Amino acid sequence: MTRRIHPSVVGAQPFQVATREGIESPMFEGGEGLERLEMALSRYPTKQAALLPLLHFVQEKKGWVSPPDMEEVATALDLTPAYVHSIVTFYTMYNKHPVGTYLVQVCTCIACHLNKGEEVLHRFLDEAGTREGETSEDGVFTVIEAECLGACGFATAVQINDEYFEDVSPEKVADIVGELRRRSV
Amino acid sequence: MSWPHRHELETTTLLSRSQGDESARTLAGWVGTGGYERLRQAASMEPEAVTEIVKDSGLRGRGGAGFPTGLKWSFMPKDDGKPHYLCCNADESEPGAFKDREILRWTPHLLVEGCLIAAKAIRAEHVYIYVRGEFFPYTKILNAAVTEAYEGGYIGNDIMGTGWSCELTVHTGAGAYIAGEETGLMNSLMGNRAEPWMKPPFPAQAGAFGMPTTVNNVETIATVPGILEHGADWYRQWGTEKSPGTKLWCCSGHLAKPGNYELELGISLKDIIFDVCGGTPDGKKVKAVIPGGSSTAFLTGDELDCATCYEGMAEAGSSLGTASPIVMDEDTDIVVAMRRIAQFYAHESCGQCVQCREGTEWVVKILQRIEAGDGKLSDLDTLYELCEQMTGRTICVLADSVVFPLRSSMDKFRGEYEAKMRPSAVAVGG
Repeated sequence: MTRRIHPSVVGAQPFQVATREGIESPMFEGGEGLERLEMALSRYPTKQAALLPLLHFVQEKKGWVSPPDMEEVATALDLTPAYVHSIVTFYTMYNKHPVGTYLVQVCTCIACHLNKGEEVLHRFLDEAGTREGETSEDGVFTVIEAECLGACGFATAVQINDEYFEDVSPEKVADIVGELRRRSV
Repeated sequence: MSWPHRHELETTTLLSRSQGDESARTLAGWVGTGGYERLRQAASMEPEAVTEIVKDSGLRGRGGAGFPTGLKWSFMPKDDGKPHYLCCNADESEPGAFKDREILRWTPHLLVEGCLIAAKAIRAEHVYIYVRGEFFPYTKILNAAVTEAYEGGYIGNDIMGTGWSCELTVHTGAGAYIAGEETGLMNSLMGNRAEPWMKPPFPAQAGAFGMPTTVNNVETIATVPGILEHGADWYRQWGTEKSPGTKLWCCSGHLAKPGNYELELGISLKDIIFDVCGGTPDGKKVKAVIPGGSSTAFLTGDELDCATCYEGMAEAGSSLGTASPIVMDEDTDIVVAMRRIAQFYAHESCGQCVQCREGTEWVVKILQRIEAGDGKLSDLDTLYELCEQMTGRTICVLADSVVFPLRSSMDKFRGEYEAKMRPSAVAVGG
């Protein structure tokens, strides 16, 4: 389903495991992919500037960016697959592997560290039944440690997919995980 | 609740007045309170006249460096026939700072209006608002505002019927602290890795897409409409001679009332921590404060009687940075806290310069060793030497950013480091 967006916000669509509705290859030769490509190209003086917006698009649709996807993006923008790979691996938010239904990012940077960030992280790992950077067996949770999420006054900050959870104390973790588990079935 | 708490020390609310008011997010709500009238005013002015007012106001960049905004704008060339760009830096990711997201989520139209006024001043034909990728909820709000503003004729061709045109595009990053450095940001915008480049060329000569560009922080830009409306003298009634105006404070760590506060520049840091934020939650003593975000030097609990303005914080041996004090109570382990800060910079180093790529990792490893009780006194000498080698020798200031807290923590809390050393190491002097 195509969502109507204004061209001015083409490069700013939520992409962190958002819809994951999937998309057929070739992605950029027709349909929504082509529309997104053309819209992005209209906003920047160079073709290459559409690279991050296109990678956002791939992740929005699939939840991660695979090597064949990188090749398709490279072809669409006249770049080499190796260059696109260097971009995907530079930026932390592009998932290089499939992730769980919920990608849980727990901030443990200084302000959250002072407010039990590490304990919150470990509670999430325990409750989700997974190890850091891995996905739980039921495929519901991937839990990772994040660097500053920019919500330091409301520590501990946790980002789950495209939502922010603030003031998360270790005691609140079980409820959050329980709620997400219910949502996922 | 994360919009600014109110406090009696708050003498005015230039930036935060509409925070918490959902109607201000809509075009109708914003226009209803006089929004976009400053844009109409700017659209009919000469670019130099807009720049002059901002120069006279003494407004300094709120991204951390405090460079005078009007002066920065005046570096943009005239009659060069090239397209000019404005990049609004919304890549807020300095540990401790969480002010720009409040502007994005409560007053997106204030930001759009400020961007267009700044664009007029620097003759930009296109504004790019670069928002950090993680800020999805706030980007959605900004996107809705930009779409509405376009549809209402406030952005694009013939803005408000004035004959002046300017485009605006929202662009999200994908997770890289270094994209908040201005040249890193422009590289990222162009579809490159967010690697800073060596200056010169300065952005005003050859910035985004090789064209003259100005990069301004969200808070800086959001301050501009008020200055234009009321004038430079009005703005100067707050703050100090060298640091006029107000600032959105981001207070975090061990505080009873952490959060955002809009306060006049120049009041005492002690007042902010104890009076405004209520001190520590359980009345414990304050051991240390990093006053301006994690890349600024530590102050001890006894050094808090300093003026929170650019010159006052420099005098106190630290810096105002993004005005984001991180407070640590008496139970805080300074070595562990410092290791956690260093880890951030090691993770976020872009890897171009050896001093930074290797240096930040070394710092983390040495601190981990000390933390594990396996350090020796000579480790402190190595850390001081690293501080020396990591300062002023790299393309950008990321390496310097870890040196400020590291060196000051060793200078001021040396005892804490020594207490963790292997007993034999202390006895034989390393």
